[in-house]
Amino acid sequence: MSDFLTTPDFPYCKGCGHHHVARNTIKAFESLKARPLDVVMVTDIGCHGIVDRCFATHTVHGLHGRSVAVGAGIAMGLPPGKKVVVYIGDGGATIGLQHILEAARLNVDLTVVVHNNMLYGMTGGQPSGLTPCGFRTVITPEGSPLPKHNLPQLALDAGAPYASRVLGTGDFSATLREAIEVEGFALVEVLELCTSYATKWNPELKLRELAQEAGHEPGVWRGEARPAFRLGSGAERESLLAMEAVAARYESPLEGSLAVLVGGSAGEGVQRAAELFAQAAMACGLHATKKGRYPVTVGVGFSVAEVIISHEPILYHGISGADVVIATSEDGLRQTLGHIQGMQGGTVWLDASLDLEAPATAAEVQARDFRGHAGARSAALYALLTFVQESGVFPVEALVETVRASSIGKRVPAKVLAAFTPS
Amino acid sequence: MSETTVSRPALLDGSRLIVEACARAGVDTYVGYPITPANLIYAYSSQRLPAVLPAPDEITALQWMAGLSAAGRLPMTATSFPGLALMVESVNMAYMMELPMLLILVQRMGPSTGTATAGAQGDLLLLQGMVSGGYPLPALCISDMDDCWRLPPIALQTAVDLRGPVVLLTSKEMAMTQRDLDLGQLEDIEPVRRAFYDEEAAYRPYAANGGRAPDFLPVGDARHQVRLTASTHDTTGILQHSTPEALANTRRLQEKVEEGTPVLYDLDEQEGAETLVVTYGITAGAAREAVAGLRAEGKAASLLVAKTILPAPNATYEIMDRHARVVVAEENLQGQFARLLFGQRPPDKVTVVGSIGKMIRPDEIAQAVTA
Repeated sequence: MSDFLTTPDFPYCKGCGHHHVARNTIKAFESLKARPLDVVMVTDIGCHGIVDRCFATHTVHGLHGRSVAVGAGIAMGLPPGKKVVVYIGDGGATIGLQHILEAARLNVDLTVVVHNNMLYGMTGGQPSGLTPCGFRTVITPEGSPLPKHNLPQLALDAGAPYASRVLGTGDFSATLREAIEVEGFALVEVLELCTSYATKWNPELKLRELAQEAGHEPGVWRGEARPAFRLGSGAERESLLAMEAVAARYESPLEGSLAVLVGGSAGEGVQRAAELFAQAAMACGLHATKKGRYPVTVGVGFSVAEVIISHEPILYHGISGADVVIATSEDGLRQTLGHIQGMQGGTVWLDASLDLEAPATAAEVQARDFRGHAGARSAALYALLTFVQESGVFPVEALVETVRASSIGKRVPAKVLAAFTPS
Repeated sequence: MSETTVSRPALLDGSRLIVEACARAGVDTYVGYPITPANLIYAYSSQRLPAVLPAPDEITALQWMAGLSAAGRLPMTATSFPGLALMVESVNMAYMMELPMLLILVQRMGPSTGTATAGAQGDLLLLQGMVSGGYPLPALCISDMDDCWRLPPIALQTAVDLRGPVVLLTSKEMAMTQRDLDLGQLEDIEPVRRAFYDEEAAYRPYAANGGRAPDFLPVGDARHQVRLTASTHDTTGILQHSTPEALANTRRLQEKVEEGTPVLYDLDEQEGAETLVVTYGITAGAAREAVAGLRAEGKAASLLVAKTILPAPNATYEIMDRHARVVVAEENLQGQFARLLFGQRPPDKVTVVGSIGKMIRPDEIAQAVTA
């Protein structure tokens, strides 16, 4: 008995082509002078998958259709030199087609052996995506009306350097061997007839004729050779916390906490401006939180930032009642209107261009030409600068400095910051 | 970092802390599929971890992670409900194969695609029932910035010790909200402790040897054969229908998680308080503020912030038993944590404060306490 086996008896029906696949796989390994523990056999759900216990290699038996993906994970995780071979059926290849295409696209160092008996054998003989047109099955007694996938061609199109198809009879170990030898992704489609269901519904069929009629011609096809996918080297990466600390350089006369809502439109720098405002508050010894509210769209729609600043640690970072609302666009005003109407005091800063009726509120309302002075992309920042300077919540220099030192410091129009810098 | 206690205040989001903590604890691979609000974790991982793999879908992501874990790596991913839904069968596979990995679930508002940019705490019952047969999946929940730093290493160590997937639960408002934090106060994180099987005797991948979880050995080992399977199996990893050995192995999966998941919570119990506020995750901030406010008004209240959500620790019940009233605050409509603990009909002493589409406010919790 081969070193690759724990038992000479395979758990398959008499005459099933799966016997040939297992025997030829072992023959291929032996001709490569591989050792059983150099090999990881990954099997799918289906009759072929119960062969695990017969193999003396490493074995992994997973879910239906997912064996190529779990095998790809193993191949990516292991150092070069190990052979990962995936057994899968035509049903598994159908449900897991994405995994095959992706492993081919990445060129994972993996050999996929597809046991294509053109139906789901373990569940009663239903048709798969590899069932040829006209093939009769339990649910298509008149013959399957649909074309089949050409799996080797799909793998090649996805970037596989190697794909082949063989008839699952006799000795095809040389084909399996050349597939296993490929450093990268290789797929071998083995054509078989299920002795339980294919012959029952298609008693007159011969495998070779079926292959010919269905366009399942045996062959070997090679794609562009390219390096097999390998994981990154694991080089030391910089800590995510190697960020500049915000030193407290100023003081703030703020008493209690202050909740600021900034409403604008997506793409107009609302979130970034609010973040800089929060950092500037920290530069004045305050605690700060900044929460964003926006739709799933990136470049359109509203963008609202909610900032709380306080001398005390902030436990709850939601805003129930805003002290300050800034709206620099119609989107922003609509999204903050409820807050504005509920305000019992505080200040609302509206862009002068807003062509909306002034909201009813007990807050003081200031209208300024933020967009006109700073442009749309800096309007929120300009409004925050204006608010800080006029309210004296903390020294405006803290915000100007924070902006200058930030990644947008050079992008903000010079006149915007100049307007808040003592000459 | 604790070698210096120099104050280093910075403004950062929870995702940044989580990923840095994961990297220091020993996560070596991130497998990602984009989904709001988990994308920051993906982005930071690409800057920080030794390897990042962009998967073409969430099923592939979990399968790649299982393969990487089988090969001896420590992978993680982050997703939200729609992604987790696709991962369910593969999480079951990793659970049955006993493959350590970390899943970060960043909750958002459902049902279905719901509102991807709105937070929520709505996926507890999915986590509770995710493993076929009702087997417990360890789930730890982040309630503040401190937890963003402290819990990932504990979750990863749990995954290694229990040999299986562990969920780290959070939500949009934790992962994406920025807060000031003194980085100088963060404690050091040691890499997780991990040893592979290293004996002469043939390796049996599912022999627990009296312990809760079997020794681990990556597939591809040069000395021992390693068999992994998602099907019911004996201690050697060979498929069985329902032999006593195989069923004992399946029972062990439950026992190891129930016995081995660390019990984590913050308890702020006030003497004489009749009411206990119970919360977890993103609502913890509001609950802390509510309890502080009540006490400032001379009204007694205790607070339990649960960190170990699954399996539900006995301690949670014992603390509740000491109080005449319990107010459970969580950002969903059903009171999912209350249902997780008590079923469809929680005892009369339990009041649920819920919400969708917005965070629960401190005054809503305080009102329920004083009602």
